[in-house]
Amino acid sequence: MKKILELHDITREFQMGSEIVRALKGVSFDVFAGEFVTIMGSSGSGKTTLLNTLGCLDKPSSGNYLLDGVSVRERSRDELAKLRNEKIGFVFQAYNLLPRTTALENVELPLFYNPTVTAADRRERAAAALNAVKLGDRMNHLPNEMSGGQQQRVAIARALVNEPVMILADEATGNLDTRTSYEIMALMQDLNQSHGKTIVFVTHEPDIAAFSSRTITLRDGRVVKDQVNQQVRSAKEMLAALPQTEDYHV
Amino acid sequence: MKVLNLIRLALLALQRNKLRAVLTMLGIIIGVAAVITIGAIGAGSTASVHNSLSSMGSNLIMVMPNSNAPGGARLQGANVETLTEKDLTALKKEATYINAISPSSQSKGQAINGSLNWPTTIEGVNQDYLAIKNISLRDGKMFSDRDVHTYGKVCLLGQTVVDNIFPKGVDPVGKIIRFKKIPFQVIGILNKKGQNTFGQDQDDIILAPYTTVQKRIIASIYFGSFNASAKSENLSQAAADEMEKILRKTHRLRSTEDNDFTVRTQAELIQTLSSITTLLTALLTAIAAISLVIGGIGIMNIMYVSVTERTKEIGLRMAIGARGRDILSQFLTEAILISVTGGLIGILIGETLAFVIANALKWEPIIDKASIMEAFGFCTLIGVFFGYYPALKASRLDPIEALRYE
Repeated sequence: MKKILELHDITREFQMGSEIVRALKGVSFDVFAGEFVTIMGSSGSGKTTLLNTLGCLDKPSSGNYLLDGVSVRERSRDELAKLRNEKIGFVFQAYNLLPRTTALENVELPLFYNPTVTAADRRERAAAALNAVKLGDRMNHLPNEMSGGQQQRVAIARALVNEPVMILADEATGNLDTRTSYEIMALMQDLNQSHGKTIVFVTHEPDIAAFSSRTITLRDGRVVKDQVNQQVRSAKEMLAALPQTEDYHV
Repeated sequence: MKVLNLIRLALLALQRNKLRAVLTMLGIIIGVAAVITIGAIGAGSTASVHNSLSSMGSNLIMVMPNSNAPGGARLQGANVETLTEKDLTALKKEATYINAISPSSQSKGQAINGSLNWPTTIEGVNQDYLAIKNISLRDGKMFSDRDVHTYGKVCLLGQTVVDNIFPKGVDPVGKIIRFKKIPFQVIGILNKKGQNTFGQDQDDIILAPYTTVQKRIIASIYFGSFNASAKSENLSQAAADEMEKILRKTHRLRSTEDNDFTVRTQAELIQTLSSITTLLTALLTAIAAISLVIGGIGIMNIMYVSVTERTKEIGLRMAIGARGRDILSQFLTEAILISVTGGLIGILIGETLAFVIANALKWEPIIDKASIMEAFGFCTLIGVFFGYYPALKASRLDPIEALRYE
């Protein structure tokens, strides 16, 4: 199996005034292609720092991080941007869609920063990504015309459009209610199982972690638990089991 | 990133905030419109001065007598008597850069026809005078060489004189009028020329052979002035220099002596007057340009606000792969788009205003391509200059902090 992520003894220190804060104190693990990994941890566990490192937004102070076989440490700012563009699809808690910009244009955005993609190609791929998250009929809707779940699905389509090696989700269900959370997780599971996408999902909800195939738990900047989930729950089944509500119609 | 993509991204960003973009443009629009309008008015007034002077003949050269007495009382040019028939002959024979030359001797007096009379000026000239001064005949004919040799009592009338001494409906050609008690037969009528730049009525004139005026009216062998026309406007100066040389020779002036005459070209006069209007135009344009710079500062201000407001968007763009220079070029493109679009609208408004004003003042409307290109280039420069610093600030944001910005 191909290794997508390789972390060898990653540390990250910050200078806070005269104090040195050690957010990561030697983190090591590998993620293989096709895995669905959740990274758990309470606040202050180094979860966010790890996420920034995994997302090539930050570089480790020491240790070695390989993303799809590429070492991240000696990369320049611009090279990191290129890595993020080609290999990572971000999904954020707050969706981070551009306001007053249609779903299609939002999904197209990463392709603007990929010089190999032509304008016609860009449109086609964005439309395909929106179809993959079942929003083919909402391409020209603006973010404020869509529900939270729909907005997050647009964000997932945006993460998929560049065909990254990994989807990196940061509390992607944090702003959503239970039903919508399950919908998003069902989509994630579908992308993982049917399309073989590697997913790294950072969350603090154990409930959500149960949908992944593996859970890594952080505490005080160290990995304290790294276990394969024997019984992966199906978000689709959970969704079906939820009582019908009249809160909204999808 | 490709330029087309950049423009597309910048357009998307601008249309999210249309009102703001338009308000920011307004400064540039007003600035450019002001520069263009004032520039056009300046060019129009210069052209109007040039036209009215050229209508007297743009290749006209005038020679006037002048006192070269080093001391004592200095006499007025007209009372100095230095230009003679000998000079005229020499100039006609030797000057190579001129087409034609005519002497001029003037006298003021009363023109009388029956019970009507009118104070006017009689000007003695030769048959080349009309061509030199760009005057055409409305009726009748010019006097001949023979009239000049025989001191012929014939004359041509300007329209103002005709209006004042002939009742309406009477054809003056062939009639006899009197000027200073001497009868003249009217043989032609001059076309109307109107006022010159200095407000002088160019139609209040009677033309007669210079010999007649010299001998029968002012009793003098000296000329008031010479008028000559250079072969072209460009040759004016060369012709003037040549004439000066010839006159110095015929006047036997030693190299240490000053000229006892003055040679002036119409081109020189046009240049002097044009330089005044050009200076005024430059001054006003400079003031208008200040408003353009203020418009640029407006762009800078808005771009700063925009960068702060869109910090999170910048963070997102960086997370999905935008490099610092991509962000820089995007914000720079936005600034340039605002200023260039504003510039284009400004040019349109400016040209329209210039056209309307030119129409109202009955000038030839002048659309100066250079000034349009200049305004356009200047707007791009303003966009780059005032957009660069905010764009640089945006490009240097840390993606992690930018993403967390609320």
